[in-house]
Amino acid sequence: MGKVMLEVNNLKTKYVTRLREDVYAVDGVSLKIEEGKSLGVAGESGCGKSTLALSLMGYYFPPLHYISGDIIVDGRNISGMKPDDVRRNILGTEIAYIPQAAMNALNPTQKIIRFIEDVIHVHDPKMSDKDIYDLAKERFSILGLPAEVLQKHAVELSGGMKQRTVIAISTILSPKVLIADEPSSALDVTSQKMVIKMMRDLMDKGYIKSMIFITHELPLLYNVTDDIMVMYAGQIVEKGSAREMVFDPLNPYTKGLMGSIIVPEEGVRENKLTAIPGTPPNLKHPPKGCRFAPRCKYATPTCSGMEIPNVELPNGREYRCLMSERKIREVYENE
Amino acid sequence: MKNTLRNIFHSPKFVIGFIIFFGLLAFTLIYPFFVAADPLDMVGQGNFFKPGTYVSVQDTVDAKYYTLNIQAKSSNLGDHIEEKDKQDMRDWLLNYGEVSQEELDAADDNALVVLWLEHYDEKAKQKGLLASKKKAYVRLNKEIVKLASDADLIIAVENEDGELEESKSVDSKQYVNTKDIANQRKLVLGTDNFGRDVLTELVQATKVSLKIGLIAGTVATLIGLMLGLLSGYIGGLFDNIIIFITNLFTVIPSFVLLILITYSVGQNARGVTLIAAVIGLTSWTWTCRSVRSQVISLRNRDHVNLSKLSGHSMIRIVLTDILPYVASYVVMAFILQISSGILAEAQLSMLGLGPSTTSTATLGQMMNWATMYSAHLNGSWWAYFPVVLVITLIAFSLNLMNTGLDQVFNPQLRD
Amino acid sequence: MSDAKKAACLQGKGVTKVFGFGDKKTVAVDHVDFDFREGEIISIVGESGSGKTTLSKMLLGLISVSEGEVLFQGSPRDIRGGRKKKEYWKNIQAIFQDPFSSYNMFNKIDSVLLDCINMRGGKNLPYEEKFKMMSEACSFVNLEFKELTNKYPFELSGGQMQRLMIARIFLLKPKILLADEPTSMIDACSRSTILDMLLKLRDEINMTVIFITHDIGLAYYISDQVYIMEHGKFVEHGPAEDCIIHPKAEYTKRLINDVPKIYEEWDLSTV
Repeated sequence: MGKVMLEVNNLKTKYVTRLREDVYAVDGVSLKIEEGKSLGVAGESGCGKSTLALSLMGYYFPPLHYISGDIIVDGRNISGMKPDDVRRNILGTEIAYIPQAAMNALNPTQKIIRFIEDVIHVHDPKMSDKDIYDLAKERFSILGLPAEVLQKHAVELSGGMKQRTVIAISTILSPKVLIADEPSSALDVTSQKMVIKMMRDLMDKGYIKSMIFITHELPLLYNVTDDIMVMYAGQIVEKGSAREMVFDPLNPYTKGLMGSIIVPEEGVRENKLTAIPGTPPNLKHPPKGCRFAPRCKYATPTCSGMEIPNVELPNGREYRCLMSERKIREVYENE
Repeated sequence: MKNTLRNIFHSPKFVIGFIIFFGLLAFTLIYPFFVAADPLDMVGQGNFFKPGTYVSVQDTVDAKYYTLNIQAKSSNLGDHIEEKDKQDMRDWLLNYGEVSQEELDAADDNALVVLWLEHYDEKAKQKGLLASKKKAYVRLNKEIVKLASDADLIIAVENEDGELEESKSVDSKQYVNTKDIANQRKLVLGTDNFGRDVLTELVQATKVSLKIGLIAGTVATLIGLMLGLLSGYIGGLFDNIIIFITNLFTVIPSFVLLILITYSVGQNARGVTLIAAVIGLTSWTWTCRSVRSQVISLRNRDHVNLSKLSGHSMIRIVLTDILPYVASYVVMAFILQISSGILAEAQLSMLGLGPSTTSTATLGQMMNWATMYSAHLNGSWWAYFPVVLVITLIAFSLNLMNTGLDQVFNPQLRD
Repeated sequence: MSDAKKAACLQGKGVTKVFGFGDKKTVAVDHVDFDFREGEIISIVGESGSGKTTLSKMLLGLISVSEGEVLFQGSPRDIRGGRKKKEYWKNIQAIFQDPFSSYNMFNKIDSVLLDCINMRGGKNLPYEEKFKMMSEACSFVNLEFKELTNKYPFELSGGQMQRLMIARIFLLKPKILLADEPTSMIDACSRSTILDMLLKLRDEINMTVIFITHDIGLAYYISDQVYIMEHGKFVEHGPAEDCIIHPKAEYTKRLINDVPKIYEEWDLSTV
C-alpha cells in the first residue's frame, strides 16, 4: 500500500447564490488517493463534480464557502488555511488544478516561458532564467511538446496545443495531486487523445504523484484512471476500480450511467441504452434519505426515510444503497 | 420579469442612483406647491443678493411683486420740517457743509435730511455766523435727528377685506418679532443677476432640463434602435448604407453640428422641444452601432433560425425574437442618453445657444447668466454652484443606475 | 427493404459553400455529393471545422448554396422567395445543438407548441383539440404537458428542453429532421433518451433524420448511413457497419482510433 497523497474526510462545502440561498454542492465526501494512483470522478452536470474540484484545493472564495471536513495533502491538513496561504504554499507544489477552459487562461501578450518563470519564481525566487529555461525545455521535450513553444505567444498555438501547454506549466513544480476538471472536453478527439496521453505520461514519469480526473465521459475515465467514483447530488454513490465500475456496477444510478456508454465498437448497436428518468434534485433542498430514490426503479419507501449507509466491501469497493451486494446482483440478473 | 426587477433592486448602485434621481424629480414636482411664484419674476432690484431672509421695507398693499428696495427711506421726513427751517438747512450746508449747489437743488426733502445728517457738525468752523444763529442750528439739528430716528415703522396686517391695516407702529429703536412682519421672504439661494429667486428658478430649470434630456434620449434611442435593428437583421447593402450614415454622423463632431443647427434655427424659434429634438437627432449614432452589433450576434442564434424555419415574417422575428433580447441594453442606453442630453443642453446654453431666454430657464442658461454677469468673479457662489451641483447629481445618478443595470443584465460584470 | 426501393429524399450534386472572396476565400463545403433516402437515419460525422454545420444550414435553406445543386424528392429544390421557402420549411425542420439558445426565453412553452399547431394549419381548431395535440406531443417525449403550461423553457433542464424540441418536431411532422449535434450539450443519461426518441420518430412517422455529430460512437449507434466529413469533403460514406467497423479511409481510421474504447485496448501510442 502506497503513501496516501490526498485524504478527504466528510468534506462539506456550499455555494451562496446572489439571492442568498445555500446550495450544498459537496455534501459529505470522503476519499483517499495513494501515491501513483489516479481517481476518476463521474456524474451528471450539476452533481457537484466541479465544486468538488474547487473545494479540494482549499481555495475558498465567495460564492464558495467551506463548512466542515478535512483535506489532508501528504499528511498536512489544509482545510482551514487562508486563501492567500493556500495560493502561496499549496497551489503548484502540492495541488495543481486544470479547468476545462484552461487554454483561455494564457495571457496572449506574453511568451509561454514567462508564465513558467512566474510560476517558479513564486516558490523559488532565486532561480535564474537560464535554469528555468533548461528545466522547462527538458520537461516539454519529455512530454512531447516542441521546445519552440516556449518562445511563442499563446495566440500562435492551436487549442489542443494550448491546453497541453497549460497542463505542462501547471505541473512544472511536480505537484503531489493534479486535479483536472474536464481538461479535454472542449477539444477535438485527436487533441483529446494527446491530452490524455500527456496526463498518462505525467503519471508514469512521476511528475505528478496522484491525479483526480473529473469528466462526464465514462469511456475516457475507463481508459485514464485506476479508480472511478460516481457522484450524485453532492454525494459519492459508488467507488471502485475502473473495470468493476464499468462492467459490474452495484448502485442503481451507476448502472444507469454505465448503460448510457456509447463507443464505436462492434456489437454496441445491439446494446439497449438505458435512460434514467427524471432530473437530478435541486441541491438547495436535497431530498431526504437516498437522493436517487425518486428516480430509482428499485426504490422502496424505506429508501427516502433514512440516511443511506456507505457499504464497504472487502476488496475496497464502496457503494451507497440499502440493498446488499447479493440482492443487487440478484435483481440485476432477473431483468 | 419579477425576478429581474428583484435583481435590479438588489443592486446597491442602481438603488442609490434611483433614490438620488427620483429625489430630485420629486423635489421639482413638489416645490411649486409650496412656492407658487413665477420663477422668472424679478424679486429684487439689484443683482446677486446673498442667501437669507428678506423683509420688505415698504409694505405696499396690493404689491404683485415682493420689492426688496432696501436702500430707500420709507416715510417722508420732509413733511415734518417747516419751509423756513429747510431753507436754513440749505444755507448752512451750502456755506459750511461743503455741499454743492447742484446737489442741493437736486435733493428732495428726504435727501436733504440725509445730507444734513451726513454733513452737519456743530463744531465745524462757521465763519460769519452769529452765536445765536449757531445755537439755533444746534437746536434745529437736534430736532432733525429726533425726527429722523422717530420715524415709526408701521406694521401692517391684512384684514378681512384684503386691505392692509395698521396694527401697530414701531419705533425704529424698538425690536420687532419677525413673525409680525407681513411681507418677508426667505431666499434660500439668494437672487441671480436679474434679482430672481435662484431656488425657484433652479427648480423650474431642473424640470425643463429633465424634459429636454427625456425628449432627446427618446428621440436618440428610437432612431438608434430602429436603424440598429434593421441594419443588423437585414444586413447586406441596407446595412452598408446605414453604417455609412452612422459613420458620417460619428465622424462629424456632433457638437459642432449641434451648434450649427441651433444657430441656423435662430433665437426666436428655439424652444425647449426643438433643442431637445436637435440634441436627439445628433446623438443616436452609438446606440445604433451597439444595437446593430448585438443584433448581428443574435441573428445567427438558434432560436432565430428556428423562428425562420417556423415561417415567421421578418417583422415578427425582429419584434419577438430579437427586440426582447436587446431591450435591457436599450434601457441602459436610454438612461445614458438622457444624461448626455442634459449635458449637451447645458453645453449649448453655456454658449448662448439654448432655448430662447425669455420664456424658460434651463440649467445651462442659469450658468450662462451667472458667467455673463461674472458671478464667479464677485464671489456670488449661489448663482452657479447649486446649478453645477444639480447637473452633476443628475448625471451621476443616471450613470449609477446604468452601471447597476449593467451589472444585473451582464453576468460577466457581476462581482 | 433495400436501398433501391426507398424513395429519394435529399440529394446533392457538387454542393459547395464559399465564404468571402479573393485572398480571404474559404471553402467550407467543397463539392460534396450525397444521396439521402426516405426513412433513413443518416449521420454526418466530422471534427469541428469540417463544414458539417455549414452543410446543415445549406440543407435547411438558411444560407445559400454557392455552387452545385440540392435535389428535394428527386427534383431540384427551388427556395427563392419567402413563400417557396415557407413551403420548403414545412418539409424540413431542425433541432440544434444548444437547447439553451434554441428557445426564445421570453416565450412560454405553450406558445412554442401552439406555434407549431398554427403552422400546420390548425389555427382555427378549438382549444380542446389543440390541448389534446399538445398533450400527445408531450407524452411522446415523456413530458407531462400539464406541468409545463405557463412555464418558460429556461425553467427546464437541458435534456427536457431538447425533448421539448422533439415534441415540436412531432407536432410539425416534417419529412426531414436535421439534428445538429442534439446531444452534445446534455448529459449522457439524457442522451440515450433523445436518441431513442429520434429512432421512434423515424419508426412512427417514417421521417428521414440527418444526424450531425462529432461523436463517431453515437453515429455508429444510431444511423443507417454514415458520411464522414473532413475539410469540407466526404471522405467515406456507406452503411454504418461498413463505415465504422471496417473503415477504409485513413481519416475514418484515425477518428475511430482517437476515441476511447471500452471493449478493446485504446492505443495511446499513435498520436
